[in-house]
Amino acid sequence: MDGMRARVLVVDDDPALAEMLTIVLRGEGFDTAVVRDGSKALDAFREVHPDLVLLDLMLPGVSGLDVCKEIRAESGIPIIMLTAKTDTVDVVLGLESGADDYVMKPFKPKELTARIRARLRRADVGSAERLRVADVEVDVPGHQVTRDGEPISLTPLEFDLLVALARKPRQVFTREVLLEQVWGYRHAADTRLVNVHVQRLRSKIEKDPEHPEVVVTVRGVGYRAGTS
Amino acid sequence: MTAGPAPNASAVGAAAADPPPVSGRAAGVWVRVRRDFDRVRVRVAFWSRSLLVRVVVLTLTLSTIVMVTLGLILEQQITTGLLRSKIDAATAEIDSARQTVQASLSGADSDPSSLREQLKLALGEIGRADGSSDAQGSTAGVFEPVIVPSRIGSEADLAITQPTDDVPAELRARIGQGQIAYQYTTIVREGQQIPALVMGSPARTSTDSFEVYLIFPLAGELGTVQVVQRTLLVGGIALAVALTLISALVASQVVRPVRRAAASARKLAAGDLAERMPVSGPIELATLANSFNGMAEAIRVQIRQLEEFGKLQRRFTSDVSHELRTPLTTVRMAADILHDGREDFPPHLARSTELLVDELDRFESLLADLLEISRYDAGMAELSAEPIDIRSSIFTSIGAAESIAAQLGVEIITLVPDEPVVAEIDTRRVDRILRNLLYNAIDHADGRPVEVELAADDDSLAITVTDHGVGLRPGEAGLVFNRFWRADPSRQRQTGGTGLGLAISLEDARLHGGWLQASGAPGEGARFRLTLPRQHGGLITQSPLPLRMGAEPVLTAPAGTAGTAAELSHPEQIAGMRMMVEDGTLKPVPNDDELHPETVPSAGASAALSLTESTPDPVTGEPDQVLQSRPKPSAVGPGS
Repeated sequence: MDGMRARVLVVDDDPALAEMLTIVLRGEGFDTAVVRDGSKALDAFREVHPDLVLLDLMLPGVSGLDVCKEIRAESGIPIIMLTAKTDTVDVVLGLESGADDYVMKPFKPKELTARIRARLRRADVGSAERLRVADVEVDVPGHQVTRDGEPISLTPLEFDLLVALARKPRQVFTREVLLEQVWGYRHAADTRLVNVHVQRLRSKIEKDPEHPEVVVTVRGVGYRAGTS
Repeated sequence: MTAGPAPNASAVGAAAADPPPVSGRAAGVWVRVRRDFDRVRVRVAFWSRSLLVRVVVLTLTLSTIVMVTLGLILEQQITTGLLRSKIDAATAEIDSARQTVQASLSGADSDPSSLREQLKLALGEIGRADGSSDAQGSTAGVFEPVIVPSRIGSEADLAITQPTDDVPAELRARIGQGQIAYQYTTIVREGQQIPALVMGSPARTSTDSFEVYLIFPLAGELGTVQVVQRTLLVGGIALAVALTLISALVASQVVRPVRRAAASARKLAAGDLAERMPVSGPIELATLANSFNGMAEAIRVQIRQLEEFGKLQRRFTSDVSHELRTPLTTVRMAADILHDGREDFPPHLARSTELLVDELDRFESLLADLLEISRYDAGMAELSAEPIDIRSSIFTSIGAAESIAAQLGVEIITLVPDEPVVAEIDTRRVDRILRNLLYNAIDHADGRPVEVELAADDDSLAITVTDHGVGLRPGEAGLVFNRFWRADPSRQRQTGGTGLGLAISLEDARLHGGWLQASGAPGEGARFRLTLPRQHGGLITQSPLPLRMGAEPVLTAPAGTAGTAAELSHPEQIAGMRMMVEDGTLKPVPNDDELHPETVPSAGASAALSLTESTPDPVTGEPDQVLQSRPKPSAVGPGS
């Protein structure tokens, strides 16, 4: 990242895992900070100013979901959760509380670093590009989304998702394609990621999320940008 | 020709002009009567099951019988009493009348006219026997005297108006024989029929003999009896009604708490574990309420305990998941770092590292499968269905299995429609099913091609995965879905299966409301068929693809895939017994291509059975089951 090493805040209560994560991440060229107590995570976050948060959902004391919500309330930085739970409800709850992506324990180091890099790599800025979806304006280099001049605050992931759809307004994106383009998954992965984040995006940019006009569902296929 | 169903309908048609014989008609009537009777009996049976109704009806019936009997006896007694006193009085009256006649007519003239005068006089005398001016004898009541001279042939000669016709001939015959007798008869007075008592006596004078009759109209007595009858009827009805009401009241006293208990039990059964009966009223009912409440409390405690166990079980699963996975993650990462640097290690350390990583992979997938199956066992599995083109699932799964297939030299042949096949499915689970089926097929293909075929109709879609490898021995198709079951323990798993894959796949299929079935023959391969409803919650009645191998030629291959279809359409003729498994239950393959759980009657199933060479399984006679229900796949145990 422009010569500077990206900083990852690891929030995990397991000392061995936290240390191992540090070893792996340092080996991959990241700076790391570790916080073992969920209740101190927010303070550490303010102090460290990380580029990404690696959050273990099963923390003693404060629920990982709460930590996720607290951080998300302050910042849109990428949050990847580490989870041992595979139940739909738990994964969806984690994503709904603001996580961008999740990695299921046990994971391979390469899998984890691939996910982290995918989240840190931002969409290509390109030229001074302005996109329009329905009645929403997207200023790609400025990372600004507006409706009638009113700015709408999106997390970087939500922004990337919207830009990916808006750049090819006539194309219908399957969930798998979106996973590859936005999340950086090479192989098909959990399409729930797409579903949850589309819902989150809609809740911010749609006038009526029940009847979406910006991100339109194409039944049986996927999503596409609404016509302007 | 009878009213019963004719054995030969056409023959009957020719003779239809003949009227049906009487015996036939009678039989028809009898049948109708029997049917009506049965209907009534059913209805009575229904009502007699209500305690209240039964008590009330019984009380009403019995009290009516008692009332009627009592009323009849009373009426009889009263009537007899009234008549007896009437007869007593009448006897006295006839006695005095006889004496009067004897006195008045003694030495009567034989000349009819003077006799007439004397008779008139005598009649008048009898009428005033007690000496009162106009009222007749008060004890016996009003009477009409008749005097008939015996010797005169016809009293018409006497020209006296007296109601001689009202005296019954029978009585006159007896009086003529010199007896004193009486008889009841009916007389007509003022246009009304009135019962009457006629008392007769012979009266002899020195010269002549007469018959004296007194006719006592019983109007008064009739009136009295009628009043008594009315009183008895009204009283009886009132009493019966009162008794019925009382019995209903008493019965409801018993029935109401029973109903309350039933209502409480119903609420309890519906899940309201806090439901209790009020303990009040008579001792018996309070005991009932106490026992009920005791039972409810025991049930509540038991259920709470079971819930607690279930919660603990799920909690345990979840905890194991986390507690085991966290250290495993650390180990995994450490092993991978070692693995990455294994070039710098001496050979034995390098190999150890490789083994470590490989076995960690196995350990991980085993752990994942165990957790998945325990989630199913705990009933925690949820379906997140969404419409998706099922072909993408097939390609994804084939993509995942391609490298291992290439390693083992197994070609995967795909036959799917050109147009999208959209269905509401849980992609994660369907991908897993297909992956498991593919790995399983590749593992057992012995290097021969594996075929994956997709077909769909309006309601359902079917995917078959067919290999032409070792196949399934008789009885094995029933075991493939069992946990940790292996066809050949010495056979090595190349694809790293855990032994839980097919068991989980079966659960995944069930969760969709679908079927997962296997069939095969030894040495010829095996086919697994997944049938899913295209709408979430839809019911499947048939599968678009045959489960049996060798039934392919019905392929409706689109033009682009004609070559593939040709490859598939010459399967070797397979002889010998085939086995298949339906919902975890082993059964020989019926001759019919399709097995429709709803439409195959048991007779059809047994007909199909006779086409196979042996019937090793006792459950084969049953109609096939839909996988909607959740019977355990271990219906055919490994020991069988």
